[in-house]
Amino acid sequence: MAEPNSVGIVTAQTAHFDQPLTLMSGAVLPAYDLTYETYGRLNADKSNAILICHALSGHHHVAGRHRLDDKSPGWWDNMIGPGKPIDTNRFFVVGVNNLGGCHGSTGPSTINPDTGKPYGSRFPLVLVADWVNAQARLADYLGIQQWAAVVGGSLGGMQALRWSISFPERIRHSIVIASAPKLTAQNIAFNDVARQAILTDPDFHGGDFYEHHTVPKRGLRLARMLGHITYLSDDGMGEKFGRMLRSGEYKYGFDVEFEIESYLRFQGDRFSGTFDANTYLIMTKALDYFDPARHYEHSLSKALEQAKARFLVVSFTSDWRFSPARSKEIVKALLDAKKHVSYAEIESAHGHDAFLMDDKPYHDLMRAYMTNIAKECAA
Amino acid sequence: MSRPVTNKLRPDLLRIANWIKPDTRVLDLGCGDGSLLVHLRDTKQVSGYGVEIDVSNVIACVANGVDVIQNDLDSGLAGFESDSFDFVVLSLTLQSMRHVERVVEEMLRVGHEAIVTFPNFGYWKNRLQIFQGHMPVSETIPYEWYNTPNIHLCTVRDFEFFCEARGIHLLDRVVLHEGVDVDILPNLFGSLAIYRIRRP
Repeated sequence: MAEPNSVGIVTAQTAHFDQPLTLMSGAVLPAYDLTYETYGRLNADKSNAILICHALSGHHHVAGRHRLDDKSPGWWDNMIGPGKPIDTNRFFVVGVNNLGGCHGSTGPSTINPDTGKPYGSRFPLVLVADWVNAQARLADYLGIQQWAAVVGGSLGGMQALRWSISFPERIRHSIVIASAPKLTAQNIAFNDVARQAILTDPDFHGGDFYEHHTVPKRGLRLARMLGHITYLSDDGMGEKFGRMLRSGEYKYGFDVEFEIESYLRFQGDRFSGTFDANTYLIMTKALDYFDPARHYEHSLSKALEQAKARFLVVSFTSDWRFSPARSKEIVKALLDAKKHVSYAEIESAHGHDAFLMDDKPYHDLMRAYMTNIAKECAA
Repeated sequence: MSRPVTNKLRPDLLRIANWIKPDTRVLDLGCGDGSLLVHLRDTKQVSGYGVEIDVSNVIACVANGVDVIQNDLDSGLAGFESDSFDFVVLSLTLQSMRHVERVVEEMLRVGHEAIVTFPNFGYWKNRLQIFQGHMPVSETIPYEWYNTPNIHLCTVRDFEFFCEARGIHLLDRVVLHEGVDVDILPNLFGSLAIYRIRRP
């Protein structure tokens, strides 16, 4: 059964890089793999390529299905496909799994060729700037000199922003959705509670749990449950679950009683069975460290001065993890640097997760912006 | 990439466009679908941003290739640095602002000059309707009393007193009715006023 407007059945690919990558921390990855997927066709002058950057728990599989019987499609399937806002009839779309990930790219669970054992605790911390550097090499590998656009939500938006600073010549449009120029103390606090849940799990073994044939499931589960609370809004949660009870009456115990408890535990369980604990630690640290203004006298507008891209910044009214005020900081810096920027603040009850939802004004906005990019590519 | 220039720009927007010099930076507050900025970009190489509160207008601006910032003007222009624009335009929006004084003050802070247009409440048909015991409904004030977004209507004379009291310089004035200039008794025969002003 073919789905309309779907990129259909897709297969991930892996690119191997032998050129060592020096990370911001000073550590060096001598060689690494990046796993990616592509949809649509690269045009003759290679001007229609779009890079999709993933968020905290994301990966390269952004659209389509791997098998006919896949339960769910790629994580941004409502945005990417033939006739969708990011139209694969017009664009060559690339999804990539970042370094440190656990979906094929080199990360803590990968076998370290030097030791024959998983990297585990020896995998270096990777920062947003490192990911962008690695993605630039993937662009070289694919023969793409300049992205028509780099698009990302949340941590993905930080990569889209970083691209415009690190490689001003190699990106025409930067689309930064539900993101922030740097984390607040509150954001970092949430991340640290999540990390502490993992780090203090007795099954964590200092990050080398692979050798103990165990997984710190309890920690990862708690981390994800906490994360989920911050991605939803109080209103959205209230609307979906309220104080609904599973059995209809109070049981006066600590088992699952409220629907919201059931939902969070389900999400936590599912996640802890599929995601790597070390990857979660690395990704949250990349979030905490992100601060492109740091090397520009703490002025984001100075950091963005050299950018040549045009920007689209989008926020969602009920997002309190990365609130509209945070997006406005990015917009203000871009205005001060006299850059081309458009900003939309989309009404939504879905909190931070709104950027993955199928909301009409949001998708209309994306479609309008992407249509203009497509016209540039065709010119 | 060039876009076909629409000659169907509203008469008041055309007057505004005439005052704006080429190669300048313009901030258009309440910019609607961005047609003024499209016109200025295509005919005068003007750059700048629109500010809009309504999401469908924001989308229209994006479709028109205009840089637009979604923002509520009543919350101020804090996102914009002082003196960062040559012209700040507020077209047919002043009358619906909660804080008129602050908006004008902010416009003159952010821009070197400001251009303001508003429906003239002193237009004779408005006066006549009041005389007949009704709130005016006219071409430039097309709302009923119960559904109007307009909360601060004023006359040509009122606006000039407002500026005078604050030392704001009046640089230019055009008063229109149905797109045509009104030179005789403008406060009586003009339905729409356009001012170019500068800070004290």
